[in-house]
Amino acid sequence: MTGRAARTIRVDTLARVEGEGSLYIKLVGERVADVKLKIYEPPRFFEAFLRGRHFSEAPDITARICGICPIAYQMSAVHAMERALGVRIDPAVRLLRRLFYCGEWIESHTLHVYMLHAPDFLGYPDAIAMAKDHRAVVEKALRLKKVGNRIVQLLGGREIHPISATVGGFYKTPTRQELHDLVDDLEWALEASLETVRWTAGLQFPNFEQDYEFVALRHADEYPFNEGRLVSNHGLDIDAAEYEDHFVESHVKHSNALHSVMRGRGSYLVGPLARFNLNVDKLPEVARRAALDAGLRPPVKNIFRSIVVRAVELVFACAEALRAIHEYQPPAVPRVEVPNRVGVGQAITEAPRGILYHRYALDENGLIVTAKIVPPTSQNQKRIEDDLREYAAQLVAWPLEEMTWKCEQAVRSYDPCISCATHFLKVVVEREDVQD
Amino acid sequence: MNSKSKHKPRIGVFKFASCDGCQLSLLDAEDELLGVAGAVDIAYFPEASRAMSKGPYDIGLVEGSVTTYQDAQRIQEVRRQCKTLITIGACATAGGIQALRNWKDVDEFIRVVYATPQFISTLKLSTPIAEHVPVDFELRGCPINKYQLIELISATLAGRKPNVPSYSVCIECKRKANVCIAVARGVPCLGPVTQAGCGALCPSYDRGCYGCYGPMETPNTASLTSQFRILGQTENQVARAFRGFNAWAWQFRKASEECERT
Repeated sequence: MTGRAARTIRVDTLARVEGEGSLYIKLVGERVADVKLKIYEPPRFFEAFLRGRHFSEAPDITARICGICPIAYQMSAVHAMERALGVRIDPAVRLLRRLFYCGEWIESHTLHVYMLHAPDFLGYPDAIAMAKDHRAVVEKALRLKKVGNRIVQLLGGREIHPISATVGGFYKTPTRQELHDLVDDLEWALEASLETVRWTAGLQFPNFEQDYEFVALRHADEYPFNEGRLVSNHGLDIDAAEYEDHFVESHVKHSNALHSVMRGRGSYLVGPLARFNLNVDKLPEVARRAALDAGLRPPVKNIFRSIVVRAVELVFACAEALRAIHEYQPPAVPRVEVPNRVGVGQAITEAPRGILYHRYALDENGLIVTAKIVPPTSQNQKRIEDDLREYAAQLVAWPLEEMTWKCEQAVRSYDPCISCATHFLKVVVEREDVQD
Repeated sequence: MNSKSKHKPRIGVFKFASCDGCQLSLLDAEDELLGVAGAVDIAYFPEASRAMSKGPYDIGLVEGSVTTYQDAQRIQEVRRQCKTLITIGACATAGGIQALRNWKDVDEFIRVVYATPQFISTLKLSTPIAEHVPVDFELRGCPINKYQLIELISATLAGRKPNVPSYSVCIECKRKANVCIAVARGVPCLGPVTQAGCGALCPSYDRGCYGCYGPMETPNTASLTSQFRILGQTENQVARAFRGFNAWAWQFRKASEECERT
């Protein structure tokens, strides 16, 4: 046949992701010629203006990188600073930080599962349109999200950019009674999360498996939040301090975010799928059983199924929050005094979307000399492009409009946070038919 | 023909340089979201919806500051499309934390963060929306208070003045019967010069206010600066206190620059 005129489809903004980016896919005949995840969120230069600020300001300042996962930034910042300054925290503070992170995971995962990702599977533009036909589902989602937000609000004062976490502990710690008041809500949330696992398991998934290198924290006896070694299914096993020996960031022309790759190995995957595959044995029984019943057998290699894994992590976060509340005894003091000193500290914690690395060097006045931050979305960015190259190739026979939506859905599977990675998601699929 | 009275007010949400937290406040209003969505037509809100309808919009909510040439152009178009333009949060009303570049050499900043500086294009200054276009209302906060946002949307739709106070955080502390941490314990606190709206959160959590709602209506920053000095704060510490999430708001800017001169 002779080729039709070359066609280009543009979707102005890839929606339901946090931040601003665009996706560009060029098809020449049946071949995927180019894939670029472009991030043109304006750069905000956190690592530059953190210099000269006091270590105690880092948790509040870095939280502003992302309004969706401020706790992740606060946690990586406090742990990196505590390492730089040689601080040991009270076990009760450690427990509260886990509980704090549970709140963020519940809030963020619920937002993503129901409001950002589920509409793709059910064919709606958004959760509000979805609510017209599935009001009970959306109402349950909002209630579940609120339970996560209640935890964050209690421990941190407010849901977005909470104000209580600090180097050495918290400005104020809750009473046992205050935490106990969350129990009824959390017991409901645990049931709602189990329903979420069953509900998401019933969605239709494209048949798309890839051979990923999964990278996540792993701790001796817990599903990871704040601590553990950084491991992968291909033999990586390092301390946070060794991170920069193994991972490098490169700057590509089409993006204001830096691409992170593993030295000598290329792209890798962080986030729920990686955590689940590497730590399934650390899940509490209730979450592990829910995963098995939902048909998840590690390693799960289909990125679209990450919606089910997120639901399993919701079960985990609710169960873990209940455990933390039952075990909690207030610390002797909310925070330990932290004197200024020279030091360098690194930390990795598990943001809802995957590992978040911080490194700081401090001078004798406790002021930041250098800062380095590697958010989860910069780490997944190259992997998203690699996936799309494969996935778009499977879809070349589809009408462009449907293909575009499918590719958007694939990107949303990563729950990309472009505010973090810098930010605008716009999908452009360009098709050039070859003459034969 | 459709009757005008049946027309639901159309709302657009626009993002500039920011963390997304202020627009997320709308999704965080779990108890009110479906009610709000029933009363208005959320016509453009890319963070929440794939359906993006063209303007004009009755209300435009703008998050973020202007930091690129393209955004400086885009805000002009957004203004033309919106009958009422409301800025939400410290980035949109004061340039945000990214305005810290305004005192530095942005080219040096680019070299620190990016390996290939020529790929990056950015303006020297991070500026609030009102420096570019007329703004009908500026909602403060880093992040904004979701109840203030809902009050503001309701008031705008009803054509009345929103109940958003411009007095200081101190008033909120007094209402909550907090013991003043600055007076009783000598903790440096920006509460006396900062606009209310958060519910005096930081003092309630045993720390000094760090000014995330920006300057109150008539702040006496000079008096607070001398109080900070009495508490033993260095000039650098005082300057840093004002140079936070609302650093480019002129009252805070003036206060920090005065510290640098001494």
